[in-house]
Amino acid sequence: MYPAYMEESIKRLEASRSQRLNETLRRLSDDEKKPLLEACHPDFIAEGMRDLAVGANKGIPTPHEMADVLEGNSRINPARIDLGKVDYDVDVLIIGGGGAGVSAALLAEENGAKVLLATKLRLGDANTVGAQAGTQAADRPEDSPVTHYIDTMGGGHYANIPELVEALVKDAPSVIKWLEKLGVNWDKNPDGSMHELSGGGASRLRLHSARDYTGLEEMRVLRDELRNRQIAHIEFSPAIELILDDRGQVAGALLLNLETNDIAVVKAKAVILATGGMGRLHIQGFPTTNHYGATADGLVLAYRAGAEMLYIDTMQYHPTGAAYPVQILGQLVTEKVRTLGAQLVNSDGSQFIMPLEPRDVVAAAIIRECKDRDKGIRTATGEVGVWLDSPMIDVIRGEGTVARELPAMVRQFANYGINISKEPMLVYPTLHYQNGGIKIDADGATTVPGLFAAGECMGGVHGRNRLIGNSTLDIFVFGRRTGKAAARWSREVTPGKMSLEHVRKWQEALEEADLNHSRPASPLLLPDYARKGPDYMPDNSRDLLPPARIRTA
Amino acid sequence: MTDQNGMIDIHVMGKQYKVPEGLTILTAMEYCGYRITRGCGCRAGFCGACATIYNLKDDPQLKYALACQKTVEPDMYLVQIPFFPARKAIYDLEKLHPEGEQVLALYPDLIKCFGCNNCTKTCPQEMEVMWYMSDALRGDIMEVANKSFDCVMCGLCAARCPQGLAHYNIALLCRRLYGRFLAPNSQHLDDRIAEIEAGRYDAELEKLRTMDGAELRRLYAQRDIEPAY
Ligand SMILES: Cc1cc2nc3c(=O)[nH]c(=O)nc-3n(C[C@H](O)[C@H](O)[C@H](O)COP(=O)(O)OP(=O)(O)OC[C@H]3O[C@@H](n4cnc5c(N)ncnc54)[C@H](O)[C@@H]3O)c2cc1C
Ligand code: FES
Repeated sequence: MYPAYMEESIKRLEASRSQRLNETLRRLSDDEKKPLLEACHPDFIAEGMRDLAVGANKGIPTPHEMADVLEGNSRINPARIDLGKVDYDVDVLIIGGGGAGVSAALLAEENGAKVLLATKLRLGDANTVGAQAGTQAADRPEDSPVTHYIDTMGGGHYANIPELVEALVKDAPSVIKWLEKLGVNWDKNPDGSMHELSGGGASRLRLHSARDYTGLEEMRVLRDELRNRQIAHIEFSPAIELILDDRGQVAGALLLNLETNDIAVVKAKAVILATGGMGRLHIQGFPTTNHYGATADGLVLAYRAGAEMLYIDTMQYHPTGAAYPVQILGQLVTEKVRTLGAQLVNSDGSQFIMPLEPRDVVAAAIIRECKDRDKGIRTATGEVGVWLDSPMIDVIRGEGTVARELPAMVRQFANYGINISKEPMLVYPTLHYQNGGIKIDADGATTVPGLFAAGECMGGVHGRNRLIGNSTLDIFVFGRRTGKAAARWSREVTPGKMSLEHVRKWQEALEEADLNHSRPASPLLLPDYARKGPDYMPDNSRDLLPPARIRTA
Repeated sequence: MTDQNGMIDIHVMGKQYKVPEGLTILTAMEYCGYRITRGCGCRAGFCGACATIYNLKDDPQLKYALACQKTVEPDMYLVQIPFFPARKAIYDLEKLHPEGEQVLALYPDLIKCFGCNNCTKTCPQEMEVMWYMSDALRGDIMEVANKSFDCVMCGLCAARCPQGLAHYNIALLCRRLYGRFLAPNSQHLDDRIAEIEAGRYDAELEKLRTMDGAELRRLYAQRDIEPAY
């Protein structure tokens, strides 16, 4: 049930439904997309960005919130760390326990390396579990890796690194098979063929799903396999700094025990960063779909060690975050709802964009509808959004489809008394994904020797805009590749003497640029949502008034 | 009771706080000033990190929820259970058979279930946990996989089981057995993998990789789009 003040607009939506059933808006041409994106997509808001003042990407425009942590102060004083006291000595250290990290760990172990995986929260508390819609792979006879390649390049505005896209599309079918052999339950038709769906920007039905719990299914299987193989892993122990050696190669990392504040020294011949995304930085004040630990830590660690970043000025705002009820503000309404046939509708009851355009285009169109054209629907808490007409799905595909295909969505809205097979959902863009990240090659190697990166923390595969289903694909493609490559590297490398000299130099550079006083300590590790009362401590380190709180679930 | 400022009393581990109504348990705890380390993951109902047990001042009946999904109620007494020491069997999936005996051999405690139904009553995903435990006992692996699919592995069922079962690990074993051995094979997937390995797409991809931008744009604009349904 929606409050009475929204009813009128819902009536208009219902009234136009039968006419909209036969109305397919056409896709925009590249020439039509450009002005829309430039006018309405948050990536193009100049005040939201600044040029980085230090490091390998100095002079490159970056969102303020990201620039703050990249230019951040180290959490440690390198002079006080005793690298002689090694707590863990391994071949390959994997930082991050989401889909990319666990895949990398499995492959590194299979390739003979002694592995340690360290993660910030519990194993699998990650963006991976949140993935609902599915994973792309061109395996139907009507489809081909070539088509997948073209879709991915077009979606990424042709900024994608061709070698990485080639690896992505060629490895995709074997990734699906690998996951199935580990026991992932894919949605299938009775004859055994995969039940595949279309997705924004994809020209074929190519999304493999596990109901609308795809990422959860992938993650719980991988996590179980890591435990079965008894691969060493430590939870609640984020990496806070990389260790290099005197030859400039990576040599390990420092882990912080979040519960005791102890620091552990890990010596490793190769390190794989798999720390995921940045949603909890709340770029431009947007709420986010991301998990609690998505604070771009891997980028910070790599940047401080000298690694180059690619396309960190572009974020993906998922077109459909919940705008009502406020308890789930910014949480994901999966693209699968549109894939199944739901249209986007404004306050007049009219469609305004073809719902399966690439995400940046749909998000910009929703922002335009609400901000420029004032055709959004306002809520009592001051949010604005447009309707996503989920009841259409049952009209098109038969009664019961919503319940069968979208159990997670049904459950989430039912908690607040909204029946999405009969009532629409109010949506507005939400901060979802980091399109760019640490620059890698097709083995996941970064520009720092011995340092690899996989998953959402890397950049280049998706160009300037990722397509649905290509992320839960890349985490396995590049997780596996880096696991193998890092194991190989660890066999071949001649390690030097461990050092934190790069951290000392970094702090020097910050001081020279006069940034050390104005920048936060980073990596951020966790966002601070705790409300603060007045502070009576002598150092006056807390504000007297509660800080403005980011509105987010 | 809600006061005139829209505030309600809740009790976090027995300590009383006033919080605005409408918050989730998770955001209410943050409002109280807790900076959460354990007991919070996805913040969206998918990861099971935020398992919570509560009751109400005038109703001793225990209730169960995911803190990120449940809205606070007046006079709620709550505690989070961020970890529970449930047993997980170690196995090599490739060496198993998709049969009931296999499940029992790895989780012999299953036989101790006496049907108290506490697990079902606890499940914040409202699944029929006890029914799929009895399916597991009967060796109906497909039914376990099907009924347990929405499990976020929060561990509340195990925390309340008087017999020490690890329902969520048992169900995970069954789902893995189903996916690996019982789900019908996808021939088109095997065919495509074989084609890729035989280099069938290499030349075309090579051409695309080295193609100039304008040509690629033209291909993208002209691609035919399969209807979504
Ligand atoms: C709600 C939601 C829905 C999505 N739906 C889809 C979809 O349908 N299809 C699709 O393809 N993609 C989807 N995505 C995107 C996709 O799920 C993610 O991009 C992808 O899973 C990222 O995987 P990852 O392993 O790189 O990172 P994550 O899964 O986020 O894992 C990163 C891990 O690193 C840990 N970590 C972070 N910092 C540190 C540190 N300093 N030290 C140690 N550990 C650290 C984190 O705690 C976490 O465990 C979705 C994302 C979200 C949030
Ligand atoms: S925090 Fe993930 S389910 Fe609540």
